[in-house]
Amino acid sequence: MKNPRLQRAMVTAASSVLAVFVALAISAIILLITGKDPVKAYSTLFGAAGESRVLQGMANRATPLMISAAAVAIGFKMNLFNIGVEGQMRVALLTTAVVGAAVDLPPVLHVAFCLVVAMTAGALWAGIAGWLKVKRNVNEVISTIMLNFIALSLVAWAFDDFFRVESPTESLLVKTKELPTSAWFPDLVDRRLNGMFIVAILLLILFWVVVWKTKFGFRLRASGGNSGAARATGVNPKKMILISMLLSGAIAGLVGMRALLGDVHAYQNNLAEQQGFNGIAVALLGRNHPLGIFFSALLFGFLGEASGKLQLEDIPKEITTIMSGIIVLAVVIINEAVKRWDNRRIQRKATAEIEAEVKS
Amino acid sequence: MTATLQPTSAPRSLAWKNLSPLRRASILWLGGLLIFSIVRIIADADDITSSGTISSTLRVATPILLAGLAGLWAERAGIVNIGIEGMMIIGSWCGGYGAWKWGSWGGITLALVGGMLVGLLHALATVRFNVDHVVSGIAINTLAAGSTEYLSIIFFKGQKGGGESQSPPGKGGYGEFDMPFLAGGRIGNWKSPDILKWIEDKHDIPLIPDMAGFIRGLVSDVYLPTILAIAIIPLSVYVLWRTRWGLRLRSSGESPQAGESLGVAINRLRYQAMAISGALAAFGGAYLSCVFTSTYRQGQTGGQGFIGLATTIFGNWQPWGVFRGSLLFGFPTALKFRDERNVPALLLVAAVALVIVAAVMVLRRRSVIVTSCLAAAVCLVIAYNVVDKVPSEFVAATPYIVTVIVLAGARQQLRPPAHAGLPYRPGESH
Repeated sequence: MKNPRLQRAMVTAASSVLAVFVALAISAIILLITGKDPVKAYSTLFGAAGESRVLQGMANRATPLMISAAAVAIGFKMNLFNIGVEGQMRVALLTTAVVGAAVDLPPVLHVAFCLVVAMTAGALWAGIAGWLKVKRNVNEVISTIMLNFIALSLVAWAFDDFFRVESPTESLLVKTKELPTSAWFPDLVDRRLNGMFIVAILLLILFWVVVWKTKFGFRLRASGGNSGAARATGVNPKKMILISMLLSGAIAGLVGMRALLGDVHAYQNNLAEQQGFNGIAVALLGRNHPLGIFFSALLFGFLGEASGKLQLEDIPKEITTIMSGIIVLAVVIINEAVKRWDNRRIQRKATAEIEAEVKS
Repeated sequence: MTATLQPTSAPRSLAWKNLSPLRRASILWLGGLLIFSIVRIIADADDITSSGTISSTLRVATPILLAGLAGLWAERAGIVNIGIEGMMIIGSWCGGYGAWKWGSWGGITLALVGGMLVGLLHALATVRFNVDHVVSGIAINTLAAGSTEYLSIIFFKGQKGGGESQSPPGKGGYGEFDMPFLAGGRIGNWKSPDILKWIEDKHDIPLIPDMAGFIRGLVSDVYLPTILAIAIIPLSVYVLWRTRWGLRLRSSGESPQAGESLGVAINRLRYQAMAISGALAAFGGAYLSCVFTSTYRQGQTGGQGFIGLATTIFGNWQPWGVFRGSLLFGFPTALKFRDERNVPALLLVAAVALVIVAAVMVLRRRSVIVTSCLAAAVCLVIAYNVVDKVPSEFVAATPYIVTVIVLAGARQQLRPPAHAGLPYRPGESH
């Protein structure tokens, strides 16, 4: 007799892989219709997988995706849809850039301080949505969408009116005051792969431990899975909502840190743009599981990194954006289909067992 | 925008409730206009009620209105549409392409077809495959952004006047319309007198020139597509609340199980509603690329689909409410487009409105609201005296901030369709 949990995990993984292949097939049709050669496109795209440069770039791009997917996933575990990762990240970016540049600390401590500042800022911004949900019963999807735009405007205004510094050398690039080198996050591979990659992996491991191995995680999953039952066992759902929103926001605060501490070392417009949104797709494809998130972040990171190669073959690299949109739709549709199929399978199995028992 | 200043502050006395909706609307309109008139004279900002401002508000508000109606149609049928932005993007691209190939109306037609298809895709995912509505909407936004960028490179790059991120200019306009006598429109070759303009220019009198400016704004420089968009409001009211099909459609949003038990084909209705919703959103997108400007540009919609979503909520899922919301959200932007120096006057308008809300709340003995309103009003007056320019970022953020405040503060007054966004499969939940 096979382990049913393992069986279920295999089905889940298989359905995600299937979704990716479906997306590749549909994108191939789109390429064909628009007069591009899909074979050439895919051989260019996946041919790049052999180059170590591309693989390093993939891991580098996957870093913020893993973190933002973890932020989204912790909400999902509680049945909360945090679309606000982008806004939380943006608030955290400017706050950290300004606060981090204002203090003087020894090297390692300075980085740690910046990460804590980022997490606090992200958590506070997400806390608004959490408070609105708990106290005023405002749907978090709507409030986080609105808060994203408010964050965008607020940060742009604060940056433009207070914190921008005209740099004498690059007059076109306006940034905040540069962080001192003690706050820089070191690279693993010089200028290619930043050390935040390790932090992201550690975060995913921590995510797994907290959600699946602690009492808090059990309560979280219980209230997400069946809030009525959870309440009956003494879990305070409002408190859980607020905590998970704060946690999600704290993780969201870290999303931009690879770009800020590891790359640009100052805030500028468009820094880490879209990385909060892209985490949603990664979390969906990864089925909110750390291992799934890890692999899907690598996939999306790879698509982003290798898409540049397509342009050399005169194929618009935007086909990879289309692909990720299709992946999201395909993965949720296939999940639903598999869930129905699985339910029927279990039903049939149970019926057969009962009938066998009745006969004997 | 006048009426929306106090959606929650309307006194709930019997006398107020007994008034007909038309009278209530006119009282709110006159009251709102009076506030604007007082502020105009105090702040010496003649432009805040000029016909030019009103007519440009109408133009800025039209795409928001269409996006809001798209949200309304979807949610009334029980489907949450986060993908409005994506549908608008598709509409703006189709509009740019169609206007370039076949002229302006060709653009709008192509956009309607494209939007309908995207709407049906959302319906397919949410109705047939039971996908979470928000997830499907996000996927549609990603898909729309990616595919328009992709198609622009294929179709527009290298064309005369076009490029990687913009279409060649479209052919033909729509013609502007001025009402004869009221706004100096032409009858044949004869230019009629412009009566309202004459009244509007008498800036020293309170209220009268503001009324003239408001009305003249609605009847001068109007594009035909704007009239079409506004005509959709009463049409939606009629179809949704006065026809059998509309009743069934709303039952799908309120309680699909109840509708189903009476033999209503819920899923078919949802496909139809989503086709309409997609077409409306795409019309809004095409308005940006063919009417407001004459080229499609990447990123042209700039989040207006989400403002539309906010308008659906702000308008309490009612077509005329959506209209009020779109005017309210479009007004600051229009004012900013014309002359940024007039924007601070809006701080005073908001302050006066808050004082009125506070006065109403005194009658209802809600002391917390009274104090917070008065405190906010004082802050606004101080801000008005301190700043000489409202940062444009605040103008951009106003719709979102207002929506969050409305959601947090006036929840009792909001009545969303009861079943919007919830999973439903026919024959399952009995």
